[in-house]
Amino acid sequence: MNNYEILSKANIAPQVTRFEIYVPKIARKRQAGQFVIIRTWEGGERIPLTIADANPEKGTITLISQSVGKTTFELANMQVGQCLKDIAGPLGTPTHIEKLGTVICIGGGVGTAPLYPITQAMKKAGNHIITILGARSKDLFILEKEMRNVSDEMIIATDDGSYGEKGFVTTALQKLIDDGRQINQVIAIGPTIMMKMVSLLTKNYNIPTVVSLNTIMIDGTGMCGGCRISINGAIKFVCVDGPEFDGHGVNWDEMLKRMGTYKKHECVALNQYKKHHREAEVA
Amino acid sequence: MKTKERLQIPPVGMQQQAASERIHNQNEVPLGFTPEEARLEALRCLQCKNVPCIAGCPVGIDIPSFIGFIAEGNFQDAILKIKEKNVLPAVCGRVCPQEEQCQLPCTVGKILKTTEKSVSIGKLERFAADWERNSGSVSKPKLAPKTGKRVAIVGGGPAGLTVAGDLIKSGHEVTVFEALHKAGGVLVYGIPEFRLPKKIVKNEVENLQSLGVEFKYNYVIGKIESIDELFQEYDSIFIGTGAGLPRFMGIEGENLLGVYSANEYLTRANLMRAFDFPNADTPILNVSRVATIGGGNVAMDSARTALRLGAERSLIIYRRSEVEMPARNEEIEHAKDEGVEFHLLVNPIRITGNEEGWVTGMEDIKMELGEPDASGRRRPVPIPGSEFIVDVDAVIVAIGNSPNPLVAKVTPELKVNRWGGIIVDEKTGETSIKGVYAGGDIVLGAATVILAMGEGRRAAKAMHEYMMNEKTD
Ligand SMILES: Cc1cc2nc3c(=O)[nH]c(=O)nc-3n(C[C@H](O)[C@H](O)[C@H](O)COP(=O)(O)OP(=O)(O)OC[C@H]3O[C@@H](n4cnc5c(N)ncnc54)[C@H](O)[C@@H]3O)c2cc1C
Ligand SMILES: Cc1cc2nc3c(=O)[nH]c(=O)nc-3n(C[C@H](O)[C@H](O)[C@H](O)COP(=O)(O)OP(=O)(O)OC[C@H]3O[C@@H](n4cnc5c(N)ncnc54)[C@H](O)[C@@H]3O)c2cc1C
Ligand code: SF4
Ligand code: FES
Repeated sequence: MNNYEILSKANIAPQVTRFEIYVPKIARKRQAGQFVIIRTWEGGERIPLTIADANPEKGTITLISQSVGKTTFELANMQVGQCLKDIAGPLGTPTHIEKLGTVICIGGGVGTAPLYPITQAMKKAGNHIITILGARSKDLFILEKEMRNVSDEMIIATDDGSYGEKGFVTTALQKLIDDGRQINQVIAIGPTIMMKMVSLLTKNYNIPTVVSLNTIMIDGTGMCGGCRISINGAIKFVCVDGPEFDGHGVNWDEMLKRMGTYKKHECVALNQYKKHHREAEVA
Repeated sequence: MKTKERLQIPPVGMQQQAASERIHNQNEVPLGFTPEEARLEALRCLQCKNVPCIAGCPVGIDIPSFIGFIAEGNFQDAILKIKEKNVLPAVCGRVCPQEEQCQLPCTVGKILKTTEKSVSIGKLERFAADWERNSGSVSKPKLAPKTGKRVAIVGGGPAGLTVAGDLIKSGHEVTVFEALHKAGGVLVYGIPEFRLPKKIVKNEVENLQSLGVEFKYNYVIGKIESIDELFQEYDSIFIGTGAGLPRFMGIEGENLLGVYSANEYLTRANLMRAFDFPNADTPILNVSRVATIGGGNVAMDSARTALRLGAERSLIIYRRSEVEMPARNEEIEHAKDEGVEFHLLVNPIRITGNEEGWVTGMEDIKMELGEPDASGRRRPVPIPGSEFIVDVDAVIVAIGNSPNPLVAKVTPELKVNRWGGIIVDEKTGETSIKGVYAGGDIVLGAATVILAMGEGRRAAKAMHEYMMNEKTD
């Protein structure tokens, strides 16, 4: 087996692919909350993906990637037996794992991928885990079974009511709060807007809230500052100081804006890729 | 030839790409000497007995000897002479601040009363190195018999590469661990192609590989392996992780869209080849008015890169005057020729943005020079009421880099000073951990290629002695 080789690949939801990749050093070393930076080819962009799981004996890590742009589409088109060009990691500060009491783990969309190893570790530390998973509709859930296995209680919410409760994850969270449940910590990982809404809600009740930020990165070692974000008014580098932060300290508007820096470029890149890819498939 | 005749030879200028042309490409600006030009320039050297130039060279190259060989047309011996002391001559010939080092005390410059007329030692060094590379017969140094000792080098910048070259020659097994996907450090991610073609760095790395140095990429030491863990496999460790922590100004608007650290801007353009987007995947903003804050080489590289990425106006904003600028004169001149606008004695106070968060401008204040400060340079002080706004759509912050804290953060036994620089023994480069050495920007803070190499050399010597005296238990 070669380093960075794709050993298995599965489509687990529309546009969401799970990879098992051979990279033994990282498989042994990684901790919950950490990520890798990958490249698919020599001229490729460096993109961060969370280590969703690992098997130290087999020497593999699991990555779950949602196809949103050029690099993630290209990754999804890679085949078993092919090798990624680069994988650097494990990067980022591992999650602070502690027995706190009741911990609510909220996952939105592919955010469930990074949430899973954290939930696993929090459960192992002896916490009572209430998981809330949310998505637009039924077919968009990932890792539901895995999350169930590490949760004491499980709530599913869909925007359209096609599965579980109808509403957003914040609706379900509000209900738990209204029921007077004691909540020691909330961990929310998903689309930026979801993490923002959860943080705004828990702030009213002073419930400590951890979020995992997915800013644009390059090196992932603290060298470029491109991933920077204001936390309680101070500049932090998400790749080394995070990716997890106190959701109440995050400048969400800044975060949302910065994520869109390369919108135009991303469209150009994706369109060009799709065009070439189609041409290649036809030929 | 008599001294008088030598002094009458006018300094040989180097051909360069015209400014109007070069701002549209990434190709190198000075084109190099022809053999005839090199020999003529070499004839200007007086072969001084007191060799002031050697004293000015941080690694002590035997300058008159190599220049003598060039004058004779013996380029092979010239490059061998240089390589006795300098393992990266093609790099140093291009980026060293010779005007402050070997060319400053040069007798010719002294007699002709200006350093600008000193012998062009750097250009001759570059010529010899390029000649060897282009001749296709790069001489391989002799390797000492295998010692069975293993060395880990953390960071593949000039400091790490120097240690790798020296220790592989001494017979040790050498592995370089590099965080990025390419070796070279600042030489590949920071210094632009038009100043240092990447094929030169690649070539140097390949030479080391051909001698047996192993390169492991995507290895962030401190994350994938700790210093302690490295010791399970290696006898001695060198840390050359550089000064890769960008500083920001701490002013309003620094997180607006379109504000870059110089490291990010240059990394996108160079390492990630954003100038070739969308053929390469990494994007960079193509904007028409760019302001770069700072006055060093990093600022010049950023401002000149902006022009090559299509900016109509590229401004340097610097709070002192031109004489205080730390950038090399050559870089300042090149930037001016290319149309970079210098706004001196000006300091930014805030960056302004629009609703969507994009940079729209910068509010600046004019400065005047007051009393000298700790650095001996006159301190710039703001002139009250002189605030003004310039319209720009991107800002590059190039006010300096600090030592990379990543390794030190997870290695508490490793002593650092209050700027985060690793503390080492001045004679050996040894850190507070036995068997662990450090050098280059991680020790000095942002310095120069040649100083990083000098530190690497010093550490390599001490590491060799340490390993050879080490009791095997
Ligand atoms: C710490 C971290 C962990 C992540 N984990 C996962 C994960 O497990 N699964 C997953 O599907 N996604 C994850 N992401 C997001 C993922 O990195 C982006 O979706 C990916 O970079 C998009 O690249 P693209 O070329 O396909 O799309 P693009 O078209 O380039 O970008 C689409 C969007 O992704 C974001 N993005 C673009 N480039 C980068 C970059 N270099 N770094 C970060 N974000 C970028 C931008 O907001 C952009 O609008 C993570 C991000 C971070 C920072
Ligand atoms: C834009 C720019 C222009 C410059 N221009 C000049 C010039 O004209 N002349 C001149 O003399 N000097 C110049 N300098 C300064 C010069 O480049 C540096 O002083 C020199 O590169 C320092 O060498 P180094 O080996 O100490 O560190 P670096 O070159 O910084 O290399 C350090 C390497 O270590 C790697 N690394 C970091 N952390 C880890 C880790 N944890 N694990 C593994 N690897 C790691 C980095 O990725 C990097 O490759 C310039 C610098 C910049 C930024
Ligand atoms: S000081 Fe100048 S003239 Fe004298 S030996 Fe050195 S390079 Fe030649
Ligand atoms: S990604 Fe470059 S500093 Fe974080």
